[in-house]
Amino acid sequence: MSVVETEGGRARGSDRALAIAGGIGRFLLIAVSTYLGLLAVTFFIGRVIPIDPVLAVLGDRAPESVVERTRREMGLDLPLIEQFWIYLKAAVNGDFGTSVLTTNPVMADIRRVFPATIELASVGTLIGTILGIPLGVLAAVKRGSLVDQLVRVVGLIGYSVPIFWLALLALVLFYAKLQWVAFPGRIDIVYQYTFTPITGFYLIDAALQGQWDVFWDVFRHIILPGALLGYFSLAYISRMTRSFMLNELSQEYIVAARAKGLSETRIIWGHALRNAAVPMVTVIALSYAGLLEGSVLTETVFSWPGIGLYITDSLQNADMNAVLGGTIVIGSVFIAINLFSDLLYRVLDPRTKTR
Amino acid sequence: MSGGNLLEVEDLRVTFPTRTGKIEAVRGVSFALGRERLGIVGESGSGKSQTGRAIMGLTPPQAEVSAQKLAFDGRDLLSLPARERRALRGGRVAMILQDPKYSLDPVMTIGRQIVETLRTHEKVSKAEARERALDMLAAVQIRDPKRVFDLHPHEVSGGMGQRAMIAMMLIANPELMIADEPTSALDVTVQLDVLAILDRLVAERGMGLIFISHDLRLVSSFCDRVVVMYAGKVVEQLKASELSQAQHPYTRGLLDCMPKIGADRHPLPVLQRQAEWAL
Amino acid sequence: MSMTGQAMTRREWLLSERPASRMQARLGRAYVTWRRFSANRLAMVGLFIIVALLVVAALADVLATHSPYIGDLKNARLLPPSADHWFGTDDLGRDIYTRIVHGSRLTLFVVVLVAIIAAPVGLAVGTVAGYAGGWVDAVLMRVTDIFLAFPKLVLALAFVAALGPGIENAVLAIAITSWPPYARIARAETLTVRNSDFIKAVELMGASPFRIVLRHIMPLCLSSLIVRVTLDMAGIILTAAGLGFLGLGAQPPLPEWGAMIASGRRFILDQWWVAGAPGFAILVVSLGFNLLGDGLRDALDPRSGDQ
Repeated sequence: MSVVETEGGRARGSDRALAIAGGIGRFLLIAVSTYLGLLAVTFFIGRVIPIDPVLAVLGDRAPESVVERTRREMGLDLPLIEQFWIYLKAAVNGDFGTSVLTTNPVMADIRRVFPATIELASVGTLIGTILGIPLGVLAAVKRGSLVDQLVRVVGLIGYSVPIFWLALLALVLFYAKLQWVAFPGRIDIVYQYTFTPITGFYLIDAALQGQWDVFWDVFRHIILPGALLGYFSLAYISRMTRSFMLNELSQEYIVAARAKGLSETRIIWGHALRNAAVPMVTVIALSYAGLLEGSVLTETVFSWPGIGLYITDSLQNADMNAVLGGTIVIGSVFIAINLFSDLLYRVLDPRTKTR
Repeated sequence: MSGGNLLEVEDLRVTFPTRTGKIEAVRGVSFALGRERLGIVGESGSGKSQTGRAIMGLTPPQAEVSAQKLAFDGRDLLSLPARERRALRGGRVAMILQDPKYSLDPVMTIGRQIVETLRTHEKVSKAEARERALDMLAAVQIRDPKRVFDLHPHEVSGGMGQRAMIAMMLIANPELMIADEPTSALDVTVQLDVLAILDRLVAERGMGLIFISHDLRLVSSFCDRVVVMYAGKVVEQLKASELSQAQHPYTRGLLDCMPKIGADRHPLPVLQRQAEWAL
Repeated sequence: MSMTGQAMTRREWLLSERPASRMQARLGRAYVTWRRFSANRLAMVGLFIIVALLVVAALADVLATHSPYIGDLKNARLLPPSADHWFGTDDLGRDIYTRIVHGSRLTLFVVVLVAIIAAPVGLAVGTVAGYAGGWVDAVLMRVTDIFLAFPKLVLALAFVAALGPGIENAVLAIAITSWPPYARIARAETLTVRNSDFIKAVELMGASPFRIVLRHIMPLCLSSLIVRVTLDMAGIILTAAGLGFLGLGAQPPLPEWGAMIASGRRFILDQWWVAGAPGFAILVVSLGFNLLGDGLRDALDPRSGDQ
């Protein structure tokens, strides 16, 4: 999870005034150039690195005639720059080719599996935020106390533990030994045919249709991978909350709030946290992006039919179109969240709103 | 001096623990205050701000405060339960901080910050609180209170911010006001405006005022009495009108630093500090 | 140095306000940093873990009790931890303790190689961008930002998928995705010294831009870069293990910890130690790097005391 790196993106505050003046134009320029960069890199990965891209796309089991036809279809006889142009046009239209494994267009596959990942990452972020912010606040307020030590340890372990390993151990404990949660997967096979999802987010779908037995089953499936991702989100969010809160609590307006006779509760939650909330929104958005990425390993362990599992399954079958399509989609969402959080920061901070 | 002593301070000490041992920022300060204006003067690090904060109960948690007597209106502040001490703060004892740029909450509108003080100390309806906050803003000579009420601190000038600060601290009608360098962060041109507003409101309401500053001239023209602090101790206490008869060499030194129109300033006087004053 | 005399203790000599030689100044500074670092108990734990890792890797052949590759298929499959097999055995009857000991070499191989590739790239990009300014800076930093905006693990995954599985390719893929933060740090450091008088003086003496960047700017970026690289080591280890877990990193029979977890996954319900032990090794080592990095940061840059 590379969320820690990207926090620097927000710190580039010196050009904030400029960015507001330049407004949407600069914003679009960044979005477009980053997206172009993403496509250039995936093009490079898919077409330039492999010795024979046709082989990479079709696998070595394809007959000779198909290989020849595909070579022409892919335009591999054209100059590289022209190939890139064709690639760009296709990618912008959401055309990432066909998956060898499923024989569907990659985009159709991704559309089918993506809601599962979004649902999982959302549950994770929700858990991380709801627990992480109060923990971070408490750690900052009671600095050096037991809570503070706890947040430190939780954070250190979160930054150091391999997520797939923790997932395996959690599965042993909560599924095999305690039997608190359901078998890996998204929904029990019993419900697979009686339940028709509408939005693709099973928790919402089940609730909307009033099928509470399904809802409970889905919940029992999502809670463990969700809690696991939530832990990583919590480690990051609580640590950042703590450091933002320490910064706010040392400001003069806190002294002024005390001089006004406000209660500590009101000072901490009403003043300090309200100020810390502005950068916190960015942190939560980045943590969400990090979970999308973290889902690749988690989904593999929990057989969670999301984009992470789709990518790793395709990897095992050397299905490059699917791998690159998945990479581009995750990358695009990642970029979008990054930019969105930057934008949100500007909107939320009253100091940047006027003028 | 009407109404007896509002505040009595005797042998006040504030100690900060550090890695290399304890540091006493305030070392046995004593004075008494009626409904008058007392100036506390000293250079930075003399303990004048920590004295003010100790009276308010705003000393950082790691520091230790002790005193023979620290009483407000006859009640011992140090033995007062935290809840009652807090009720005094902002209600009967208030404090103005140095720089409105940092001492106002940046993400809350000025109006809400003023209303917050009032509603902490008095049970008033939202509408009434708003009315009184607007009146208070008008009282600190803000021309368009309704507009300023909804502004964020960064949208007003330093002078206006400090007036909002005064409004925020005066709205609950305190009896004692501690002003910690209230004009040092402001432009020279607005310093006098803000001081005049503070002066008038303190006089109108018959409040006690502790005016903390490094500027002896300002203090002597503004206050009834002056306490001069050096290295955490009071070196001299005297009436502002009798400043010219100051005995202590440090006070004399401070006085000599003030430029006089028409006087020869060569060589420029240098403030003398002698180790024994700090003993 | 002859001036220092016998009366001075070694400590006084190190802490001298007026170092008599460049050497003394340097040693003195190192000593002060060390004292700040060693006062931090957690940092010392981190240092201990990393030193232990180095020792284990160096003495793997001595410390190992069995062969890391050849197991006793007939009698020793999936044995629980015992006096003979401290961490038990895997499905091919190999001693897990031995494989973890040998795996430390692979872990070190990965982190050292990634650092050797990524740090100089980042350093070069950052210092050149910072010193040159103008459009060079704009272009280089845009590229850096683009790479910074990518999801690291997914991109590394795609790279390895194209390059083919294997530990060298995993190292390359991780290095490609980890240089951008170093470039940002190096640029920030460069900007702070670029307009200082000593750089102006070197320019006046006719030094070439290449020489200025190489000899005068890069050395000043090193300390913050080292801190950042140390802090990143844990992430590198985790990414490498993740790639190994997905079968894209080190290939069997190499005792790479991530791949060991993957092969133990099938037996996780009954023989938890097969996947448990290598995962714990990863946890301990990346914890060590995190603690060491935190300690180094606090010691070298006391301003950032509380993160």
